[in-house]
Amino acid sequence: MIEVDSLTKQYGAVRAVDEISFRVDKGEILGFLGPNGAGKTTTMRILTGFLPATGGTARVAGFDVFEKSLEVRKRIGYLPEIPPIYPELSVQRYLDAVARLKQVPSDKRKARVDAAMEMAHVTEKRGELIKRLSRGYKQRVGLAQALVHDPEVIILDEPTVGLDPKQIIEVRHLIKGLAGNHTIILSTHILPEVSMTCDRVVIINQGKIVANMPVNPTGQERGSELVMAEIKPGSGGAQAVKSVIERVAGVKRVILAAPEGTGRVQAKIECDPARDLRSRIAAEVVGQGHELFELRASRVSLEDIFLQVTTQEGPGTAPAETTSTGAGE
Amino acid sequence: MKGIYAVFRKEMSLYFVSPIAYVAAGAYLFLAGIFFQGILAEANDYAMRAAMQAMQFGTPFEIDIPGEVMRGFFGVTGTILLFVVPMLTMGSYAEEKRRGTMELLMTSPITDLQIVLGKYLGVLTLFLIMVLPSALQMVILFRASDPMPPWRLLLSGYIGVILLGGSLLALGQFLSSLTESQIVAGIWTFLVFLMLWVLDFIVRGGSGSVVGAVAQYISILRHNTDFTRGVVDSSNLIYFATLIVLGLFLTLRSLDSMRWRRA
Repeated sequence: MIEVDSLTKQYGAVRAVDEISFRVDKGEILGFLGPNGAGKTTTMRILTGFLPATGGTARVAGFDVFEKSLEVRKRIGYLPEIPPIYPELSVQRYLDAVARLKQVPSDKRKARVDAAMEMAHVTEKRGELIKRLSRGYKQRVGLAQALVHDPEVIILDEPTVGLDPKQIIEVRHLIKGLAGNHTIILSTHILPEVSMTCDRVVIINQGKIVANMPVNPTGQERGSELVMAEIKPGSGGAQAVKSVIERVAGVKRVILAAPEGTGRVQAKIECDPARDLRSRIAAEVVGQGHELFELRASRVSLEDIFLQVTTQEGPGTAPAETTSTGAGE
Repeated sequence: MKGIYAVFRKEMSLYFVSPIAYVAAGAYLFLAGIFFQGILAEANDYAMRAAMQAMQFGTPFEIDIPGEVMRGFFGVTGTILLFVVPMLTMGSYAEEKRRGTMELLMTSPITDLQIVLGKYLGVLTLFLIMVLPSALQMVILFRASDPMPPWRLLLSGYIGVILLGGSLLALGQFLSSLTESQIVAGIWTFLVFLMLWVLDFIVRGGSGSVVGAVAQYISILRHNTDFTRGVVDSSNLIYFATLIVLGLFLTLRSLDSMRWRRA
């Protein structure tokens, strides 16, 4: 439904979006995750035809966003970060005006406005002026605006920002409910939002895609498992520990860190997810005369990847705690 | 066409739920009423004195009161517009940009030209709604005059007002599209219009010099004068049409540049 290929956006010397490529299939909800200023909004604005790109291509429903911008815009519902509302209009009049702008045929307009209000749960506020509504309702009116022309693709820029926890849950439910018939891209910098609402996640940082993967509702995001171990090396020191663990079948990689003054090493062991290697590792380590203090399984979560992405900017963070799993590979 | 109408309708429904339209229309009609009354009283006064003089000295007496009033009134109208039009246009684009609704318009399946034309026709309609009631005063004046002046005088006067207003509106909307603050837009528009007014004074003062000639050509109020005398001259029509097209074109370019600038 959406195909983005080496899309680039340059603002003077700044490269806001740097050769990103991804695709979203019909009916999918894609989460666009990244710290503020990563290029999420810019990418979305290019897809909605608001901004032209500097390079690369993007297609929505088979139409190029640059050459067939109007065709693309007919098929996209877009909720910018600040809902584009006219506060002095009533909800219904506002949605009617938007439906006209979106070229909804006049015989279907009323039905579409009603349907959009129903979907966004604002029907009971239809006669009220938007300026008198709470923030959560304004956001929902913004959402209704994005739905009023029954678009195939819905693009939501930070749809839950500024809402209270209850409203956030409502909006998430709403988005979930739209999936299937609609293809959705939503941007956020809130991690749980992605695991709760999205099928896939694209993590973007400094204009580049650093991860693109399916979201697993259990929180296990990658086909690899981590085992963390704390060991006091016997003869041969840390190097001996490392080679012992590496000899265990199924271990992919071992990273050691030695916090000062403890005499112990911390091992981060990347394992084949198909097997639980903890008992094998323990037996080998102890068998070679090293002392094992701790051994625990740790799953690579979205959070780890996101933290890795965001901490790259500040290399001064505690080295022993940084989970460097190479998730972006 | 549907795109233009959608934008136009949206503009109209917004005008009449915000106080600005009513304030501007009220201000205009109030000022126009005051000036009309003043000019009429002055013309009457002058006619009375002229008639008395004529009786004393037995000289023939002839004075065209409706003509005088009309010229004075339309002349003043031009000046009032310089002050009222910024109120109508200052929010046109600035407010949409501030609220983020420009993004809604610019991601709707309509072209930038349709947005510009829809918004322009909207503000022009508001302007007509505001200005046309003042014609009532003129109609009363005409009907009370003996002999009644030809209606085409009134028509040409209003063609002049509409063209002048249309040009100022196009210019004002362009200036509004340059900023996110309607106050800034209003001040800029007002300053630019003030320059046009000053230009008119230069024309009156320094005719004959090169500066005077150039000023006379540019001066927007000067081009309006012929209309107030009942002369619809094609060069004036072209002048105003050019200004309107220029204003709309610049607005279109400004919208285009919004797509290229970093928001």
